[in-house]
Amino acid sequence: MLSRPDEQGKFGKFGGKFAPEVLMTALEELEEAFNRFWLSEEKSFKQELGRLLRTYAGRPTPLYFAKNLSEMCGGASSANGSGTNGSGTNCGVKSGGVKIYLKREDLVHGGAHKLNNTLGQCLLAKKMGKRRVIAETGAGQHGVATAMAAAVLGLECEVFMGTEDIVRQRPNVFRMHLLGAKVSPVDSGSRTLKDAINESMRDWVTNVEDTYYLIGSVVGPHPYPLIVREFQRVIGRETKEQILRAEGRLPNLVVACVGGGSNALGTFYEFLEDKEVENKEGNEAGKEVELVGVEAAGKGLETGEHGASLCAGTEGVLHGMYSKLLQDEDGQIKQSYSFAPGLDYPGVGPELAYLVDSGRVKMRAATDEETLRAFEVLSTKEGIIPALESAHAIHYAVEEAKRRAKKAEKVEKVAKEQKQEREENLIVVCLSGRGDKDIFSVEEVLGGEGL
Amino acid sequence: MNLEEKFGALKRKGEKALVGFVTAGYPSAEATTKIALAMLKGGVDILELGLPFSDPIADGVTIQQASERSLRAGMNPDLYFEVAAGIKKVEKVCLTYYNLVLQRGLEKFVSDCEAAGIKGVVVPDLPVEEARPLLKVCDRYDETDLIFLVAPTTTEKRLAKILEAASGFVYVVSLLGVTGARETISSSVSPLIRRIREQERVGGREVPLAVGFGISKPEQVRKVCGSGAADAETDANADGAIVGSAFIKIIEQGLARGSEGAGDEEKMLREIEEFAGSLKRETLVA
Ligand SMILES: Cc1ncc(COP(=O)(O)O)c(C=O)c1O
Repeated sequence: MLSRPDEQGKFGKFGGKFAPEVLMTALEELEEAFNRFWLSEEKSFKQELGRLLRTYAGRPTPLYFAKNLSEMCGGASSANGSGTNGSGTNCGVKSGGVKIYLKREDLVHGGAHKLNNTLGQCLLAKKMGKRRVIAETGAGQHGVATAMAAAVLGLECEVFMGTEDIVRQRPNVFRMHLLGAKVSPVDSGSRTLKDAINESMRDWVTNVEDTYYLIGSVVGPHPYPLIVREFQRVIGRETKEQILRAEGRLPNLVVACVGGGSNALGTFYEFLEDKEVENKEGNEAGKEVELVGVEAAGKGLETGEHGASLCAGTEGVLHGMYSKLLQDEDGQIKQSYSFAPGLDYPGVGPELAYLVDSGRVKMRAATDEETLRAFEVLSTKEGIIPALESAHAIHYAVEEAKRRAKKAEKVEKVAKEQKQEREENLIVVCLSGRGDKDIFSVEEVLGGEGL
Repeated sequence: MNLEEKFGALKRKGEKALVGFVTAGYPSAEATTKIALAMLKGGVDILELGLPFSDPIADGVTIQQASERSLRAGMNPDLYFEVAAGIKKVEKVCLTYYNLVLQRGLEKFVSDCEAAGIKGVVVPDLPVEEARPLLKVCDRYDETDLIFLVAPTTTEKRLAKILEAASGFVYVVSLLGVTGARETISSSVSPLIRRIREQERVGGREVPLAVGFGISKPEQVRKVCGSGAADAETDANADGAIVGSAFIKIIEQGLARGSEGAGDEEKMLREIEEFAGSLKRETLVA
């Protein structure tokens, strides 16, 4: 089922179009174009994008069974399944336990889920006859993904990036240059993602006639939150197919990190309506697939230095949307903080705010320190260096897996006596990106000690 | 006087309105009062006082920096209304972003405006589609209008919607871009004004039109306010001109001149008054 925002672009009370008058016509045109090329029955746009995703971006990405990680958490004791690329059969965990699967968006060309969205939007920009795209970037991943899509589709590209982030994510700045994009430093405000968005909007206001503003997450004025969600839904669509093939059932828990919310919504969307025990008989029916987003707790939620708009924010208007924000009593936007630049943002997408408000999605937060441990664990146990953003989700998944494994142990004793088989807990984590971009900042945090 | 009455009174005298903008609290709350008085002495008819927001997406670098400095110096909504109330004998307009209105509460914000003698509120990130709640509150306060913006990209359909809701005056955005001084006046102004007047005629309701964004020189004010007697092609014949960044620039320069950031206040105030005077002269069209 496709949930659509209302006429005004609102999900419940969240969303809307709080944009300068200069942009309103452009937003209407964007909505029309998106309806025509994506939401209608028109096939050619979807075919063209599908081909790019397959042959250029490297989709579908694998759903990988993280055996070592699962074992470390006390689950999946006898799993025989190694990684499945969606083609494996039931991994055959004899006595149940907890199994962690990773949706490998880190293997998308460019190293993050961001390219799913930028290919879609660049294609849309081209159809709309725009010659130039602009984008904001925090971690640099969206900037890199925009530069790639613009290069392959023959569009001029300029990326706005806070000067603080330019220092933190140097490798991505080089990559954007190599890809032929212009990187424009933003030296106002907190010099991070929020200010890069401000600057992009200012550029768009000025060049709206030939320029397409390519937002990198499910944020901004309507129709952007809808557009980005639609282009990221491919993550969840593949995940669902793959987990059904591998395990014959839906997962119990799906976890993703949340900056603006695009990898989370993209992953969650296909599971919103689902019950976890679908396709399995003899179980209590009707329990939903648990969906958990993980925000940046930075130095700790109690310190005020974090990026957790949903866990700790209040409602207000920023960047064209009514959503949850980090702000003071007057309504001035506070500086967010996280060592993961992609989560260092004082707002969040309106649809996610709506889903959290309605209770369907639960939110948690992981501190820098907890995240760093998860970063190390995944690197050493599975040979995968995650993006710092994604490592937030890994942290929660690992803690939750341990908790569930412990609980399962207790239940098992009872189950043995009653000669019942118990079910393992299936956890899917969206590994939204790889951590190559972060190795220098991690080295700095670790003080040169290395892992 | 409410805003429409003010425009009317000027018109009867053969004048157009000079609307002068400054960011409240830049560089300090006390300075704002003095700066405002200098602007009025020079001939500013309507004073637009900016209530600074942390993320002003419609503003260019001049007003951005003024906003940042003002906020660092402690400007906040309570203080803002205090400062505004202290500036008397002039029609005032508040320019701010929607989140500040929302967090104070729409009702409280508008009643604070009215108490401080603020006759209109301009909210650049509140298009007509989202304006209903604030509009409803403003409708209950006779003396405070919600001022809408119209841009060169505004379609006829949107224009009709905006004019239906508009009161006080319409803020005509002269160009595609953010606030900030420009060298020339955009060629889109004249046709845009004609387009709005035509729609107003159809709608049967005339709201004054004031042109802003990019106006920083007397000759630009002349083009915006000119009745077409001199040059029918380029004269826009608007009802007023709005000048902002150019005033901020004078304050900026004054601050830079002074030692230890204290600035050369007297000279700066004199310059502001003279500059306002040079702009005002161009609005005496009759
Ligand atoms: C790897 C990675 N994951 C997650 C994010 C956060 O964005 P979102 O919440 O939109 O997925 C970013 C943003 O830059 C990122 O680079």
